[in-house]
Amino acid sequence: MLTVRGICRSFGDHRVLDGVSFDVRPGRMTGFLGANGSGKTTTMRIVLGVLAAHGGSVSWHGKPVTPADRPHFGYMPEERGLYPKMKVREQITWLGRLHGVDRTTAQRNTDQLLDDLELTERAGDRLEQLSLGNQQRVQIAAALVHDPDVLILDEPFSGLDPIAVETVLDVLRKRAANGVPVLFSSHQLAIVERLCDDVVIISRGRIAAAGSREELRDRHATARYEIVVAEDAGWIRDVAGTTILDLDGPRAVFEHEPQRVLAEAVRRGEVRSFTPVVPTLDEIFKEVI
Amino acid sequence: MARASFAQATWLVAEREMKTFVSSKGFWIGFLATIAGLFALTVLPTAFGGGDPKVAVVGSAVHAVQGKQLDVREVADVQAAADLVRADEVEAAVVPDGGGIKVLALNDPPNDVIRQLVAAPPVELLDPAAVDSDQRFVTVLVFGLVFLMFGMGGAAIAQSTVTEKQTRIVEILVSTVPVRALLAGKILGHVLLTLGQVLVLALAAPIALRVAGLSELLAVVVPALGWFVPFLMLGFVLISSMWAVAGALVSRQEDLGSTMGLVMLAVMGPYFGVQFFFDNPAVLAVLSFVPFTAGVAMPVRMFAQQAQPWEALVSLGLLAATVVVILLVASRLYTGSLLQTGARVKLSRAWAPAE
Repeated sequence: MLTVRGICRSFGDHRVLDGVSFDVRPGRMTGFLGANGSGKTTTMRIVLGVLAAHGGSVSWHGKPVTPADRPHFGYMPEERGLYPKMKVREQITWLGRLHGVDRTTAQRNTDQLLDDLELTERAGDRLEQLSLGNQQRVQIAAALVHDPDVLILDEPFSGLDPIAVETVLDVLRKRAANGVPVLFSSHQLAIVERLCDDVVIISRGRIAAAGSREELRDRHATARYEIVVAEDAGWIRDVAGTTILDLDGPRAVFEHEPQRVLAEAVRRGEVRSFTPVVPTLDEIFKEVI
Repeated sequence: MARASFAQATWLVAEREMKTFVSSKGFWIGFLATIAGLFALTVLPTAFGGGDPKVAVVGSAVHAVQGKQLDVREVADVQAAADLVRADEVEAAVVPDGGGIKVLALNDPPNDVIRQLVAAPPVELLDPAAVDSDQRFVTVLVFGLVFLMFGMGGAAIAQSTVTEKQTRIVEILVSTVPVRALLAGKILGHVLLTLGQVLVLALAAPIALRVAGLSELLAVVVPALGWFVPFLMLGFVLISSMWAVAGALVSRQEDLGSTMGLVMLAVMGPYFGVQFFFDNPAVLAVLSFVPFTAGVAMPVRMFAQQAQPWEALVSLGLLAATVVVILLVASRLYTGSLLQTGARVKLSRAWAPAE
C-alpha cells in the first residue's frame, strides 16, 4: 500500500498542499480528483520524488519511499514527453532497461504492451511521427514497461478518444487485478465514476473527501427519491410530510416519507419507476470542494 | 526486480546519446567535412603551391637565369617584358641594365625571384629549430581547429539536455535514475564519440601527410599528436560539463543562446589565444598551463619542441584536477536546475540547496 501522510508544499508564499493524506490500496484503481490548480500534480510529483515535500511523508509498505524504490514506480507525468526522434519500440525498451529490467525482458514487455495498446504497426516509427493520441498510448507503455509495483498516472485519459480510453483502461485494469495500486488523476468525472474503486478529492491543497466510491455515495446520499407515474404526479404535494424538489409532469423528485408516497401512487394507478436518488460523483465533487 | 546500478544507468544514458548523435545527419556531415578539410589543408598547398616562379627575360639577361629554378620565357625587348608583367602573365622580368641586370615587377619586390638571382651567404644555425615556422603555423591551425570543432560539438550535450527538459521526459528520468548518472552518461557518451572521431582523424592525418609528401614532418607530428589526444579528451570533458549546465539552465531550445556565451568563450578563447600567441614562447608557455588553453597550447609547444615532457605531464595533471572540480560544480548546478522549468535559472538558484 502507498501511504501519503500530511504532505505540505509551498511555492514562495503560496501554500499548494496543506496536510494531504490518503492511501492507494493494492489492487484498486484510485481516482484523484480536483479542480485545476488544486494540487493533484504537485502531490504526484512529490510521490515520485521529482519535487521535495516541505513536510509529511510518503511510504511504501509502511516504510518511507527512498530513491531505491522509485524505479519500481510507473509514472506518467502531467506534461507528456518522450524523446521525439527516438523510435517507439526502441524508446520503450530503453526506458524499461533504465528502470532496471534486463534487455530481453524489456523487449518482451515492450512488444506485449505495444500489442495491448494496438501500436505494433507503429513500433518502428519515430515518436514525433505519431498522432497525439498514439503518442499518449506510447506514454502509457513507457509507464508500464518495467512491470511497476505502483502506478501514478497524471491525467492518463486526457486527449484520448472513447475507444482509446477503453484500450488503456483494459491495460490498467489488468495491472490493478494483479494487485498493483493505481493512482490516477482526472477531471473527467464520468470516467472516474465508471472505473475507479476508490476516490480521493482534493480541493485547494486539502483532501476534501476520500474513500471507496460506495462509501462516498453513502456518506453523501440524500433522502431523495424519484418516482415516475402514468399521469401527473402533482398530487405528491399533498402527501403529508414530503417536499417536492422537482416536478415535471409524471416525474417527481421528493424528500421524506417514501413509503407513504409509493402506497399512494400504487393506489392511484400505474407506477413506472421508483428509485432512491444516488448522488453522482459530479454532485459529490461540487458539494465537497 | 533489480534496479539499474549507477554504472548501468550511466552507460544506458551514454549509449542512447551516442546512438542518437550518430544517427543524425549533422554529425556525419560535420565529421566528413573535417576529414576532407584535413586532407585539403595538407595536400593542396603541395599540389598547387609548387612550380617555379615565371619570369620574362630579355637579351643578355638570359645568362643570369640559366640553371636557376625559374620558369623562363624569353621576349624580344624590355617593353614586351614590361607588358607581360603588367598583364600578370609573369611574376617579374629580368632585363639587361648596363653591365648587369635589373628586375621589373608590378608592385612588390618579387622575393622568390630575387632569391634565385643572388648568391646567398652560407648560414650556420647555432640552435636549429626542429620545425620551421610554417609547419608550426599549420600545426597550430589544425590543433586549434580540431579543438574548436569538438569543443563546439559539445553543444550537442546542451541541446540534448534542453530536449529532455522541454519534452518533460526529464521527470521520468529523474524519478528513475540519479541525476548524476544522467550527467555522467551524457558526458561519457559524447567523450566516447569524440574519442572515436579523434582516433579516425589521428589515423587520417599521417596518411594525408604522406600523400602530401611531408613524411619528414610526420616524424615530428606523431609524438605531438600523442600529446594532443589526452589533452583534447580532458579538455573536452571540461567543456562538456559546462555545456551540460548551459543546457540545464534553460527550458527551451530558443533560450539556449542566453546561456551558451560563457561556454563558447571557453572554447573560442584557447583557439584564438594560441593563434595569436603561437610565436610568443613566453605567452604560449603560460597558456600551456592554464587548464582551458592547455588543450591546444601544450601540444603545440611539444610539437615545436619548446617544452619538456614533464611540463606536459604537470599541465595534464592540472587539467585533470580542474576537470574534477568543474565536474563537481557542474553536477550540483545540473541537479539544481534540471527540474526548474520556465524562465532561465539563475546560477545562484541552481547552486542553492534544493528546497
